[in-house]
Amino acid sequence: MAYTEHAAHDHHDHKPSGMWRWLSTTNHKDIGTLYLIFSCVMFFVGGAMAMVIRLELFKPGMQFLDPAFYNSMTTVHALAMIFGAVMPAWVGLANWMIPMQVGAPDMALPRMNNFSFWLLPFAFTLLLLGFFVPGGAPAGGWTLYPPLVLQGGDSFPLAIFAIHLMGASSIMGAINVIVTIMNMRAPGMTLLRMPLFVWTWLITAYLLIAVMPVLAGAVTMLLTDHFFGTSFFSASGGGDPVMFQHVFWFFGHPEVYILILPAFGIVSEVIPTFSRKPLFGYEAMVYATASIAFLSFIVWAHHMFTVGMPLAGELFFMLSTMLIAIPTGVKVFYWSATMWRGSLSFEPPMLFALAFLFLFTIGGFSGLMLAIAPADFQYQDTYFVVAHFHYVLVPGSIFTIFAAVYYWMPKWTGHMYNMTLAKWHFWLSTIFVNVLFFPQHFLGLAGMPRRIPDYATQFADWNMVSSIGGFGFGVSQLLFPYIIYKCIRGGEKATAQVWEGAHGLEWELPSPAPYHTWEEAPTPAQIAHGAEH
Amino acid sequence: MNMKKLATAIAATITLALASPTAFAAWTLNMTPGITAISQRIYGLHMLMYWWCVAIAVFVFGWMIYSLVAFRKSQGAVPDTKLVHNTRAEIIWTVLPVLILIGMAVPATRTLIETDDASKTELTIRVTGYQWKWGYQYVESGVEVLSTLDRDSNAARQLGSGIDPGTVPNYLLSVDHPLVVPAGVKVRLLLTAQDVIHAWWVPALAIKKDAIPGFVNTAWFKIDTDKTGLYRGQCAELCGRDHGFMPIVVDVRSKADFEAWLKTQQAIQRPAEPATPAAMAGVDAAAAKTG
Repeated sequence: MAYTEHAAHDHHDHKPSGMWRWLSTTNHKDIGTLYLIFSCVMFFVGGAMAMVIRLELFKPGMQFLDPAFYNSMTTVHALAMIFGAVMPAWVGLANWMIPMQVGAPDMALPRMNNFSFWLLPFAFTLLLLGFFVPGGAPAGGWTLYPPLVLQGGDSFPLAIFAIHLMGASSIMGAINVIVTIMNMRAPGMTLLRMPLFVWTWLITAYLLIAVMPVLAGAVTMLLTDHFFGTSFFSASGGGDPVMFQHVFWFFGHPEVYILILPAFGIVSEVIPTFSRKPLFGYEAMVYATASIAFLSFIVWAHHMFTVGMPLAGELFFMLSTMLIAIPTGVKVFYWSATMWRGSLSFEPPMLFALAFLFLFTIGGFSGLMLAIAPADFQYQDTYFVVAHFHYVLVPGSIFTIFAAVYYWMPKWTGHMYNMTLAKWHFWLSTIFVNVLFFPQHFLGLAGMPRRIPDYATQFADWNMVSSIGGFGFGVSQLLFPYIIYKCIRGGEKATAQVWEGAHGLEWELPSPAPYHTWEEAPTPAQIAHGAEH
Repeated sequence: MNMKKLATAIAATITLALASPTAFAAWTLNMTPGITAISQRIYGLHMLMYWWCVAIAVFVFGWMIYSLVAFRKSQGAVPDTKLVHNTRAEIIWTVLPVLILIGMAVPATRTLIETDDASKTELTIRVTGYQWKWGYQYVESGVEVLSTLDRDSNAARQLGSGIDPGTVPNYLLSVDHPLVVPAGVKVRLLLTAQDVIHAWWVPALAIKKDAIPGFVNTAWFKIDTDKTGLYRGQCAELCGRDHGFMPIVVDVRSKADFEAWLKTQQAIQRPAEPATPAAMAGVDAAAAKTG
């Protein structure tokens, strides 16, 4: 077999030891690991802020925080979770898995890969430094709307530069993914043989390249408005504050799909594996993903139904947004059809994928309701929206990251992890995430605006329930790093295929995957076996 | 399975929350139908969407749950690995959602067009958002009202005030001077802001509109004549430190009562300078006299 030679190669691989190995590494697996560790750290940093938020909201009245600090908590929580936890997790998984899944020896641009990771710690140092400068951390919301954001203190330029660095990192990551997929697939690994995770990442990478520069442009205009006397977004100088919102959401809506499309890919791998049946409608899934990506460019103003757009604008954005329900709904049907007449077992990756299937769909329902512009006049900027986007991002994106880690961790470490603990992690997360976010639908409909540090007493009951769910969810997450740590340290030896129903080139490699893989391209037989998706 | 333990845990959580010392017993679940024809139509639209979602959920979740139960490997299920395509099913589950969406889009579009029709209004009020209060100017009569969080709420909401919010009537939802409007009259709001973007939201009117510095937005309402009373709302766009503390109270009076109120206010405010944005600083004093 080809990889016994690979194992021999490892002896010739003189990677530096200690810190220098991680600083200078160009190995896709090392960089993937760095991304995933960074993501996990930021998940807990952002999570700690969420705990502070739920603590203040536990009862009416201001118990712990100054309102300005509360605003910093919501703002930095969002930035840390979006740019620090979810996006780096996807890039980390892409680094680990894409070369292994397409039969490439590494990412196409390994030095840039290293650079794109090491920008991130600097970016988040700048962002978090905001807590220690006059004026406090950014408090204008992660959406950075002017003129409010221009009232920020010294943390304002820090946050802008942090976003520039994150954007540069994301763009480089995306370039790397595209070049790898387009140029480094093994012979015989045609585009329509690629696993869905690779497909969804390819589409995501194009979205990143299209919209991250738009964000960079928007925040640069904020910077010049603040420091260099321009008036892009100031009416008194002939500018328009709403123009920022248009530019921001032109980035922001595709960004939402950047956070969720790779999750679709993961689910499309996990469900077939544990249904022991190929994915239903593989090609249709690819086209559905591509059409969601396309639609994401023409729906942005549904985030702004209350800014006072002309009727024609509101109608267009309402109808285009409703269209997204079709490819998204179709995907849910294809996943359900994959399970139909399968042979299902419920290991932790499958459990998290199933929670995704149910709970993301709930987020989809509230999304459909939010698309209806007149009804959105009541939902906009309430806890109904908070419930909606947390349903699509927590059981949507975060749960699929858990599913991916539990799916591929035996391949990475060569050990099985503690299944019982992982199932506890699943049940606790799934129950508490609903206790946490479901009541927020009621709060929003009852009239509670988002981003407020204190509330009228009629909102007290559901807020307390939500906070209890929040604390439970937060504490349950401590299981996750513990399970990973134990799995790295040891455990039952994993087989090459790990899961009975797993297909794909990564499962043709031994577990743990050697430091260098596919230095010799996989054989046509291996590709054919892997492509039984 | 751990299911029993987990069910107990949920029950315990709910009991704990129910037994909360601040038993305001609201547990509100849904939107208010409101007090205008439009707000009631929007409520209807919301419920229509809700029931569609429930119906789809019953079907989709039912299908998934059936699969989870019926096709378990532990029960000896054998996978049908050839089942990866079914043209008829795929056409149905693409076309059916399209039809449902059209069914939703038609009433949504109708309502949207209705909300946009701000013609033939009889009374115009300019609404100005400030950090962190609301200013109201009755354009035809020049009467001005400045509306800030009431004193009791403001005292109770300070960090470590020691005042139980439960003892404050309408905590964070009452103001010193509400916006007084007539029922049965089509009222136009012109919304703008002085400093940053705010959003004026009164759920009972189903109006949420951004107040943007340098721009004027329009909204309108016509309240049912039998719906006089006080209706409360809040700023809905993050506007800085005290965003959570600039509520809105709308005092809906009969047309006659409103006219009488407006006359009194005019008499009180007439001696003052005609109201312009520049004179807003002086409005504090004038507003303090309004009752």
